Amino acid sequence: MTVAARSLVNTARRPSGGGRRFSMDWLGAVPFFGYVALFLLLPTLIVVIGAFFGPDGLTFSNLAGLNKGFIVSAFVNSVLLSAVSAMIGAVGGAILAYAVATGNRNGAFRRLVLSACGVLAQFGGVTLAFAFIAAIGPVGFVYVWLQQHGLDFYAGGIWLYQLKGLMLVYAYFQIPLMVLVFLPALDGIRPQWREATESLGGRTWHYWRYVAGPLLAPAFIGALLLLFANAFSAYATAAALINQGSIIASLQIANDLTSEVGLHQPGIASAEALVMVVLVAIVMVLYTVLQRRTARWLR
Amino acid sequence: MSRNRRRKLQLFRVVVFILMGAFFLIPIGAMFEFSTRGTGLNSARTLSAWITIGQTPELVAAILVSLGLAAITSVAMLLLLVPTMVWVRLRVPNLSRAVEFLCLLPLTIPAIVLVAGLAPEYKWVSFYLSDSILTLAFAYLVLVLPYTYRALYAGLSAIDVKTLAEAARGLGAGWPTVMWRIIVPNMSGAILNAALLSVAVVLGEFTIANLLNYVNLQVEIAQLGRANAGVSIAVAVASLLFVFILLAILSFVGGPRSRSYSTRGAQ
Repeated sequence: MTVAARSLVNTARRPSGGGRRFSMDWLGAVPFFGYVALFLLLPTLIVVIGAFFGPDGLTFSNLAGLNKGFIVSAFVNSVLLSAVSAMIGAVGGAILAYAVATGNRNGAFRRLVLSACGVLAQFGGVTLAFAFIAAIGPVGFVYVWLQQHGLDFYAGGIWLYQLKGLMLVYAYFQIPLMVLVFLPALDGIRPQWREATESLGGRTWHYWRYVAGPLLAPAFIGALLLLFANAFSAYATAAALINQGSIIASLQIANDLTSEVGLHQPGIASAEALVMVVLVAIVMVLYTVLQRRTARWLR
Repeated sequence: MSRNRRRKLQLFRVVVFILMGAFFLIPIGAMFEFSTRGTGLNSARTLSAWITIGQTPELVAAILVSLGLAAITSVAMLLLLVPTMVWVRLRVPNLSRAVEFLCLLPLTIPAIVLVAGLAPEYKWVSFYLSDSILTLAFAYLVLVLPYTYRALYAGLSAIDVKTLAEAARGLGAGWPTVMWRIIVPNMSGAILNAALLSVAVVLGEFTIANLLNYVNLQVEIAQLGRANAGVSIAVAVASLLFVFILLAILSFVGGPRSRSYSTRGAQ
C-alpha cells in the first residue's frame, strides 16, 4: 500500500448503535432469545438436571438405574434400528437422488418428486405406519393377495410389529430424507470433472473411484449420520406400530414418562432422555463437521 | 456424453423411478384401498368410511384443532422470526450466529426429549394460563424453527435489506413502515414458504401432543385406528395428500430454491 493511499488522518470507525456509548440494539433480539430460552433451553435443562435428581435430591441413582436389562436392550435396539435404516436409506436415497439429479433441473417432475420427498420425510410417522399396516399388515391387500397366490410371509410370526418391521417402515422416510439432504451435493458435481477425467484417459470406473467418489464421500457420510440421528429420535412411527412393549429407546422414554414406575422414579425418564440427547448431539456435531468439508468443494 | 452412456443412464433412471415409485406408492394406494373396502369379502368399493369422517365428532374436532394450531403457530412464528431476523441483520450482526445456532438446535434435541422437559412446564401452563390444546403452539413454534429459519434466511439473503431499510428510513419511514411495507412484500415468497412448512410440521406432529395428553389430528388418527381402522386411514391419507398439495404449491410458487436442504423428520 503506497504512502499516498494511506490516510493522513486516523479517522474513527463509524460508531455502532447510532453513536451511543452503550448500544441498546441487542434489546431487539430479546423477545426471540427469551422465547427460545423458555421453550427450548429450559426444557432441555429440566431434562439434564432431572436426570440427576431423585426423590431425595441430587443423586446418580437414575443413571445407575439405567443398567437394567430391558433398558439397555432398548437402547441397543435403537442403535441397531437406526444404523440399519440409515444404511438402507443412504444407499436407496443416494441412488434415487442420482436419478433425480441427472434429470431436468427445473422440470415439473423433479419438483413433484422433491415435494413428495418433503412430505414423506417430515410428515406424520402415524400416517406412514398406517400405510404399511394397510399394505402388508395381516389384512393388508398386498399380504392377502400374495397369500392367495401361495406366499405367506407371516408364517413365522407377524414381523411388521417387531424390530424388523420397523426397519422396513423407517426406510419409508429415510430414503426421502436422504434425497433431500444428498441432492445438493449431487447438484454440485461439475461436468468439467467428467470431461477432465476423460481427457486424461479415465473411464467411468476411474471417475467414480478417484474423482466423484472421494468428493461425495463427506456428503454421503454426513447424510448417513443425519439419517442415524433421525431414526434414533423417531417416536411416532414406533408408537403407532408397536402396541406392546417398549423395544426401542424412544418408546422406553415415553413409557417411563407416563407409567406408574415413571411417577415413582421421575428421574429415570430424564436419565434415558439425557443419554439419547448426548448420543444424538455427538452424531450431529460430526454431521456439521462433515457438512463444512462438503461445502468446500460442492458449494 | 456418448450415446451409449446416455442410453444406459436413461435406462437406469427409468428402472429406479419405477422401483422407487412402486415402493412408495403401493402403501399409499393400500391406504386408499383399505379405506374404500365394503363389508364382506367381495362387496363393492364404498366411500362410507370417507363420509363417516364428517360424522365423527372427535375427528372433526381434532381436524379443526390441528388446523387452528397450524395457523396460530405459523402466524406466531412469522411475528417472532421476521422482525428478529431483520433486526439482527441490520443492527446486531454479531448475534446472527447465535440466532442461527438456536434455530437449528431443535434438530439436535429429539421431540421425545423435549417433551420430557416440557411436561413440568405444561403443568404450570395448564394451571395458570389455560389448559386448552392451543397452548401447544408454544412448543410447536420451537419445533418449526429449523425449517422456517432456513426459508426466511434464504429470502432475506436474496434482497438487499440494508439498502432498502436505509432508503426507507432516509425518506422518513418509521420501523413499522419499513418492516410492513418495504421488507415483507419483498420477502413474500420466503414468508409463504416458511408458513407452509410450519403448517406441514404442525399437522404431522404426534409426539408432543400425545405425551402431554392432548388430542390433535395425529393422536386422534392413532386412537381411532384401534377402533375404526377404515375411517382413520381415510383421514390419514387425506391429510397426507393435503400436505403434499401444500408443499407442491410451495415448490412451484415459493421464492428461490433453498440450496442446502437439511431437514429432519417430525417423527
